[in-house]
Amino acid sequence: MIGCSRSACEFVHPNYRHFNLDICDDKAVEKMFAQIRADDQGLDILINNAGIGSMNHALMTPTSTVARVMNTNVVATFQMCREAGKIMSRNKFGRIVNFATVATPLQLEGEAIYAASKAAVISLTQILGRELAPFGITVNAVGPTPIRTDLIAAVPEQKLEALLSRQAFPRFGEFSDVSNVIDFFVRPESAFITGQTIFLGGVS
Amino acid sequence: MPIFARTYKVLFAAVDQLNDELPLKLRLTKTPETVILGSGGKLDSLSIVSFLMLAEQMLENEFNFPVGLADERAMSQERSPFRTLSTMADYIGQLLKEKGETISAQPVEPSLPVPARESAGT
Repeated sequence: MIGCSRSACEFVHPNYRHFNLDICDDKAVEKMFAQIRADDQGLDILINNAGIGSMNHALMTPTSTVARVMNTNVVATFQMCREAGKIMSRNKFGRIVNFATVATPLQLEGEAIYAASKAAVISLTQILGRELAPFGITVNAVGPTPIRTDLIAAVPEQKLEALLSRQAFPRFGEFSDVSNVIDFFVRPESAFITGQTIFLGGVS
Repeated sequence: MPIFARTYKVLFAAVDQLNDELPLKLRLTKTPETVILGSGGKLDSLSIVSFLMLAEQMLENEFNFPVGLADERAMSQERSPFRTLSTMADYIGQLLKEKGETISAQPVEPSLPVPARESAGT
């Protein structure tokens, strides 16, 4: 297993290797994949969970924030898919899971840029699903509800409650809710499923 | 072995590997004039993508650093550098020269003769 993040990894495991990098640094990402190509026989699964949010009214959102969110959530996701896809294509097998959000179908006010960036991820997922299918690679996405993470730490509790009330199951998501969908997508039996986005909490 | 010859060796090896997956009538010959992209070519878009990916990976193995073929410059050129194996070899030679990196991989002898021409410095 290989992971990457801007900060150092907090654990050590004999079967885990960590790369310290910013996924918006395309040269660093290319270098990481070159290293993976050199060291490993292949790559089976890519979980594209890196992402940033911006909760703000559109009229108060600087252009630099728009660029930063798009760069991390869309451009970097695409680059990870492309580089992983090149390696996966060698073995004619691969599973890519991207991260969407319920903010897109719920059209949440205050999350225009975040929701738009994830709408782009959904579109990428659909089209890459078709483009990579001939190489035996599936591309799907999971759309989580709010989960108690740093991403929503600054969001007022009242706003979160209002959001949850729009879900079929009005509760926060758990990590296990997300990993369950990921496990489903990456199973060998899911070879016939691609280009799909599964939203959690009964949102559609 | 000169860089240009090593580049051809890699491209021919990529052709071999691609041919393994193609029906007989679509298989490519290993000549500099072999068309990859555009008029007179036999490959469909998926096979072209497969070939470019194979070539990228094999070039990386040969020269020990990533050689990204599908960069913005390649895509924006009026005449695609991927038209034939010859134009590809020229383009790759140019990329290698610009990289200015130490090319450390030791090549093996090619299975086919390659054009005796040097277009990229070490």
